[in-house]
Amino acid sequence: MARKVTTRHKIVATAAAWAVALIIFFPILYTIITSFKSETEAIAGFKLIPSFTTESYREVQGQYNYFKPFMNSVILSVGSTLLALLIAVPAAWAMAFSPTKRTKDVLMWMLSTKMMPAVAVLFPMYIIFRDLGLLDSRIGLTLMLTMINLPIVVWMLYTYFREIPGEILEAARMDGASLWNEIVYVLTPMAVPGIASTMLLNIILAWNEAFWTIRLTTTEAAPLTAFISSFSSPQGLFWAKLSAASTLAIAPILIMGWFSQKQLVRGLTFGAVK
Amino acid sequence: MTFRTLILGACSTLALAWSAQAETLTIATVNNGDMIRMQKLTDDFTAKNPDIQLNWVTLEENVLRERVTTDIATKGGQYDVMTIGTYEVPIWAKQNWLLPLDNLGADYDAADIIPAIAGGLSVDGKLYAAPFYGESSFIMYRTDLMEKAGLKMPDAPTWGFVADAARKMTDRAADINGICLRGKAGWGENMAFLTATANSFGARWFDEKWMPQFDQPEWKNTLQFYVDLMKDAGPAGASSNGFNENLALFQQGKCGMWIDATVAASFVSNPKDSTVADKVGYALAPDTGLGKRGNWLWAWSLGVPAGTQKAEAAQKFIAWATGKGYAELVASKEGWANVPPGTRTSLYANPEYQKAAPFAKMTLDSINAADPTKPTVKPVPYTGVQFVAIPEFQGLGTTVGQLFSAALAGQMSVDDALKQAQDAATATMKEGGYIQ
Amino acid sequence: MATRQTQTLARLMMAPSVVLLFIWMIVPLAITLWLSFQQYNPLNPIRDGFVGLANYALFYSNPAFFFAILNTLIIVGAVLLITIVGGILLAILLDQPIFGQGVVRILVISPFFVMPPVAALVWKNMILHPGYGVTADLARFLGLQPVDWFAQYPLFSIIMIVAWQWLPFATLILLTSLQSLDGEQKEAAEMDGAGALARFWYLTLPHMSRAITVVILIQTIFLLAVYAEILVTTNGGPGYASTNLPFLVYQKASLEFKIGQASAGGIIAVILANIVAFFAMRAVGKNLDK
Repeated sequence: MARKVTTRHKIVATAAAWAVALIIFFPILYTIITSFKSETEAIAGFKLIPSFTTESYREVQGQYNYFKPFMNSVILSVGSTLLALLIAVPAAWAMAFSPTKRTKDVLMWMLSTKMMPAVAVLFPMYIIFRDLGLLDSRIGLTLMLTMINLPIVVWMLYTYFREIPGEILEAARMDGASLWNEIVYVLTPMAVPGIASTMLLNIILAWNEAFWTIRLTTTEAAPLTAFISSFSSPQGLFWAKLSAASTLAIAPILIMGWFSQKQLVRGLTFGAVK
Repeated sequence: MTFRTLILGACSTLALAWSAQAETLTIATVNNGDMIRMQKLTDDFTAKNPDIQLNWVTLEENVLRERVTTDIATKGGQYDVMTIGTYEVPIWAKQNWLLPLDNLGADYDAADIIPAIAGGLSVDGKLYAAPFYGESSFIMYRTDLMEKAGLKMPDAPTWGFVADAARKMTDRAADINGICLRGKAGWGENMAFLTATANSFGARWFDEKWMPQFDQPEWKNTLQFYVDLMKDAGPAGASSNGFNENLALFQQGKCGMWIDATVAASFVSNPKDSTVADKVGYALAPDTGLGKRGNWLWAWSLGVPAGTQKAEAAQKFIAWATGKGYAELVASKEGWANVPPGTRTSLYANPEYQKAAPFAKMTLDSINAADPTKPTVKPVPYTGVQFVAIPEFQGLGTTVGQLFSAALAGQMSVDDALKQAQDAATATMKEGGYIQ
Repeated sequence: MATRQTQTLARLMMAPSVVLLFIWMIVPLAITLWLSFQQYNPLNPIRDGFVGLANYALFYSNPAFFFAILNTLIIVGAVLLITIVGGILLAILLDQPIFGQGVVRILVISPFFVMPPVAALVWKNMILHPGYGVTADLARFLGLQPVDWFAQYPLFSIIMIVAWQWLPFATLILLTSLQSLDGEQKEAAEMDGAGALARFWYLTLPHMSRAITVVILIQTIFLLAVYAEILVTTNGGPGYASTNLPFLVYQKASLEFKIGQASAGGIIAVILANIVAFFAMRAVGKNLDK
């Protein structure tokens, strides 16, 4: 029995939802609009239709080749996410299927490793990275981002795996399936959507990490967060250029997010559904 | 040919190939217009020095300072050339973090560097960083509004005149503020302006024994004058205005006067961005008749960190970027008005530059009017005009800047701000071991 | 079927994560703890050495300290409140049948994809700027004096920016939870004649309690560390009005290079985070077991 939906109700709800959505999206929209304005136009007062000049984009590109930081952002965020998954999947699997009294405490403890403010350990970390020869290296930064996001990855995977009913496993075992077969044929297909959405969320988190990615890089490993930092407040008018650089920095992840929205929604539940 | 010579030959060929391989310099710089222009002219340098490649790291000022300071303090060795200011150079040189620039080449002509600037970048007579561009501060004012107010700006006005003119020029209905000044908290933001201004009021940060002086009447006069003036004739939201915000206000014709960096002159007089380009006059920063003017002195300069393996190539680059040839290169490509100002006396003697930059003389006079070694009316134990060249100043200056910004915003009284500034400064100086 | 064998296997599988995270936690913590008892200033190394609890005393006697703790808690509390209340309302709205549901959802979650410094720069320069921001344009259009947000309402402005960034996260989790609410239960309640408010209070809200708990726990960890937004916009001012604990630590570490004091601040931040987490667990933790 479907719920009765009056057309009036739907129109009112639509209007309200669109209004709220546009307000929330407005800062991003206005940034994109401003990026197509000239610098004098950008500070000349409210205007929704720009003159569609690409002057700012050309200037930004002329000053800082977008391709290199873009590639670094991709490598760092994807690399650190895959590495984190590699470490986290077994752990989450074990916690979900062989839970003990302390499982919840372990999960909370993992989250608590994020309590130290990054800036408080900048100096010692910089020295450690220097001694390991990892300054301005993609490998060093990938490891860093892996560790930063590992607690969230474990947490998400755990809650997701927990939704997989245990009876299925038992049935498989009764049929005499080996542990390996159990993982490959029974668990993996059920776990893939959860792993995929975990991956998406962590790519986003790694992409947006803006403390270590600026402090531990110079040129070779610098991602888009460093790119943005070269445009934030130079002398002279900079509103349009800043908008163009911001648009360039967030566009890839925004587009990825939009396309994978359904996957992401599932992952973001953190097992909160039940 | 024996086997041995063969080996030797092979080795030397290898060695040659090795030395011919390009050396890569990593240069940290700030994202100001002049630096970005330099970045675009890189080809000229690499054409002349095919064995040196340049890698640029361009960052916003605060991030840059944090990055390079962390790197040099930990000897991280990430950079071969660093863009630093007159504040860092004496402190870092004393720590032996910088290499003296003694290999800039025969035609560099270091004697041509403006003495006030060279003084700020030298320790014990040795140059530790080469100035890329230098600036002081002066008054930029609207000639039309000044005339309308029935006044005439002298070349060297007093604070009394400026305050009077600002109040007369203010026309709230027409959205015209008599004066725009920095208010945003930060040691290089509002404190640069206020410290320089305090110098002209006879105030000082510390006495000869490093005792903080915020409890003295000179500081009270300075801060009260500033807060009152901004209340009567300043723009709304002044406490978050820095250089950029005031520049935008002035370019849109919303300021009668603006006291800020001399480099601003090339922006406000550029008709492409400025609506008031043809109505701008210039004057020296004001005084109160005590012998010091309220203008600062700053130079973005290039230095070589002691940890680099590529000191020779780094000095070659610095000689190129701060030499006379660079000025001509910029002039030929982008015109004389875009040459980085404030570093060399010869530039100001150049008639072509004088023609292209009507503010040239006033800039040079302003720079010459600042003396980083004797910045104040009463004697002080420190150098630096708008800063105190001690490591503690960045933090202390920002804390005091926040208090003064709160006073400007009306969230704190002038007396409270000064009292808390005095407490903060006393605590810092005790902790640093300057006073007991 | 938890045999000894599977128990051992489970331990082995957890080992990499636990060991790595343990090292990751203990090494910086140990260094920071050690440094917090040292005077260590690379810019002025003359007096470096062991100082006992002096760094903690200095950090504590700093006039900004009290504001920093208070502002940290206000930011966490206010952003949680806004995102959870706003998230529930938005989730309910988005759960209604509407035209263009997919697009609306995309627009609402977009802020989550924006890196914090960009978000802060955009809000500062495009939206809240007293001269060129959209709010100033709007005020002038209405004939009002533009508000100088960061000077007059610094903490409020920062809360607004951070809440904007985290609202999509809360909305998404709450929306998913809401969608899993059994349609039949809703209808049964409707037929019993329960009003909309009663249905929300007795059915929807309890159903979402686990989701709300997850939002609180995850967000609290991130909100305790907010700092990029402050650095870009107010620089902690005016006065100490928007200085929070991470920002105060930043000032000590990266502006004053008093590494000892910054380390003491870091330890204090960890203690504060543990206290907050303890109360959060006491208040809502039992929901996780449902």
